[in-house]
Amino acid sequence: MPDKTPLLKVTGVSKFFGGLTALNNVDFEVTPGEVVALLGDNGAGKSTLIKCVSGVYKPEQGGIHFDGRDILHSSPAEIREFGIQTIYQDLALAENLDVGANVFLGREKKRMMLGFLPVTDDEYMRVEAAKVLDRLDIHIPSLKQKLVNLSGGQRQAVAIARALYWNARLVIMDEPTAALGVPEQRKVLATIRTLKDQGVPVILISHTMQDVMDVADRMVVMRRGRVVANLPRKEATVDVLVKHMVGGSEVAE
Amino acid sequence: MAASTMSGKRSLSRDQILDFLARSWAYIFLLGMVIFFGLTGRGFLTLANFSTLLVTSTMVALMAIGQTYVVITSGIDLSIGWTVGLSSVICARVMRDMVAGGTDIGLAMVIGVVLALVVSLIPGFINGVLIARIKVPAFIATLGMFGIVRGAAFLLTDGQQIVGGLPNNLQDALRAFGSGSLLWWVPDQGIVFLARPTGLPPEITRGIAGLLPFPLIVTILVIIVFGFILGRMQFGRHTYAIGGNQEAALRSGINVKNHLIWIYVLAALTAGIAGVLHTFRFTAGVPNAAEAALLQSVAAVVIGGTNLFGGEGTIRGAVIGALIINVLSNGLVILNVNPIWQFVVVGVVIIVAVLVNQAQAALERLKVNA
Repeated sequence: MPDKTPLLKVTGVSKFFGGLTALNNVDFEVTPGEVVALLGDNGAGKSTLIKCVSGVYKPEQGGIHFDGRDILHSSPAEIREFGIQTIYQDLALAENLDVGANVFLGREKKRMMLGFLPVTDDEYMRVEAAKVLDRLDIHIPSLKQKLVNLSGGQRQAVAIARALYWNARLVIMDEPTAALGVPEQRKVLATIRTLKDQGVPVILISHTMQDVMDVADRMVVMRRGRVVANLPRKEATVDVLVKHMVGGSEVAE
Repeated sequence: MAASTMSGKRSLSRDQILDFLARSWAYIFLLGMVIFFGLTGRGFLTLANFSTLLVTSTMVALMAIGQTYVVITSGIDLSIGWTVGLSSVICARVMRDMVAGGTDIGLAMVIGVVLALVVSLIPGFINGVLIARIKVPAFIATLGMFGIVRGAAFLLTDGQQIVGGLPNNLQDALRAFGSGSLLWWVPDQGIVFLARPTGLPPEITRGIAGLLPFPLIVTILVIIVFGFILGRMQFGRHTYAIGGNQEAALRSGINVKNHLIWIYVLAALTAGIAGVLHTFRFTAGVPNAAEAALLQSVAAVVIGGTNLFGGEGTIRGAVIGALIINVLSNGLVILNVNPIWQFVVVGVVIIVAVLVNQAQAALERLKVNA
């Protein structure tokens, strides 16, 4: 049941760093259940836009609404609470800990030992982590394994699982396949599809055209701080996208 | 999967043996040393010697416990050796001066202990603030504190090597705990509770051994509490997380700065406890009580499998490391080996320990990816 009301609505956002215009009057929307690819050359403004959405940067102009709520002045932590989960390229996992500990990092589930000693409830955290990995159709042989012993794709999966467990309503992924081998890239793309099927929209930042063509429903191309193209998948070809990215064609204008 | 298990059965079991050896080599090494010294050294394998050995080990073990927390967060604390001395000096001096001023011995002892412990926390707190908030590298901050605390300890002894001159009744009271034991083993008589029997023939007196010396009981309690916090509680989990990926810990909402301050305070606390125990055992304040023990505590942590780059380590390992170092010293002395050799042997053991731990980590990775 595709819902046309946008979940995330960015309107007329501008962001300046000194004399540099990083974002120039940007409009951007995500509706529930869609995968939006955010494309552009280095310095096009993709990361700045994402950081405005996740609350790291405050834009000078414009508005950002999530699920009807004005989040322009919310802190990164509040925005995470609202359900916008950003998975950065470095994943921010503690590789010396196991899957359960990572999913619950900073929010450990505790139980009382002998009625008065608060200890971490590792079994509960493991079981809950397994459930959310199941939901993503991801199989990790031993959840007691430290992450350092897992593959890149499995770690990516743990990062996604953590976002999802803490009630992700919009997942932002920054170059999720950049450091992975081909089979692992496929697995991550499959996970993005699974998220979409469960109604969780995804903003995918990627340089890999093939990934974008594979999973995205809509392609948004940025150049020099502006959105220069916003195309549904059926109108997008690699050629058209690249032209928009490098500015070789002014088709959109 | 089943097929690969079948075909790889032989090599798998070999891997399992290797894995077992890599994981438990410290225990095996300790046991091997005990057997070796037991067979070759006269008087090594006696209750009396073991009792002495364990009590001697408490100093390095206590310091290694605090150091383990620090090293797991990928830090290092070079100052705790002198914190031990500062604590020992304050404890002795406060008690001596208060008793001289007419205060009741029991009260003077309580105040001396509490004051020594509280003052010990100060260098730890400053270390923590420097490292966590002002971003001074741990090595530099604690090296600076090394000098400051050393100076403070010697200032409090008025430049002397020792705070002595404690009145005899105070010394007796200190000894009752510092050299006391909950249970005594007396040859031909069995187990005696609390009071060490006196007036026995020398051949029997020589065999008397404290089965549960008080300093050992205190140390065991510290081992249990600190081991539990590290292994089972949220504080321990966050300690590992900070050592594994400080950025991840920050982003997941852990208060990394305050946590690090607590870590250095805890390290100072274990040093403070070691200092107080030292004063009770030797009935004097000794500023350089732990001058040699500092590097031994780092060695114990490394031998026990703690990764100097952070993220890994256990209290159990640190205690085993402390025991290995002390069994080596004790055994070599009993074998009449020139004590200088201890340094060489302990040095070799440290390097071997790091090699074995690296091999074990590589082995684990191979096994998982197989």
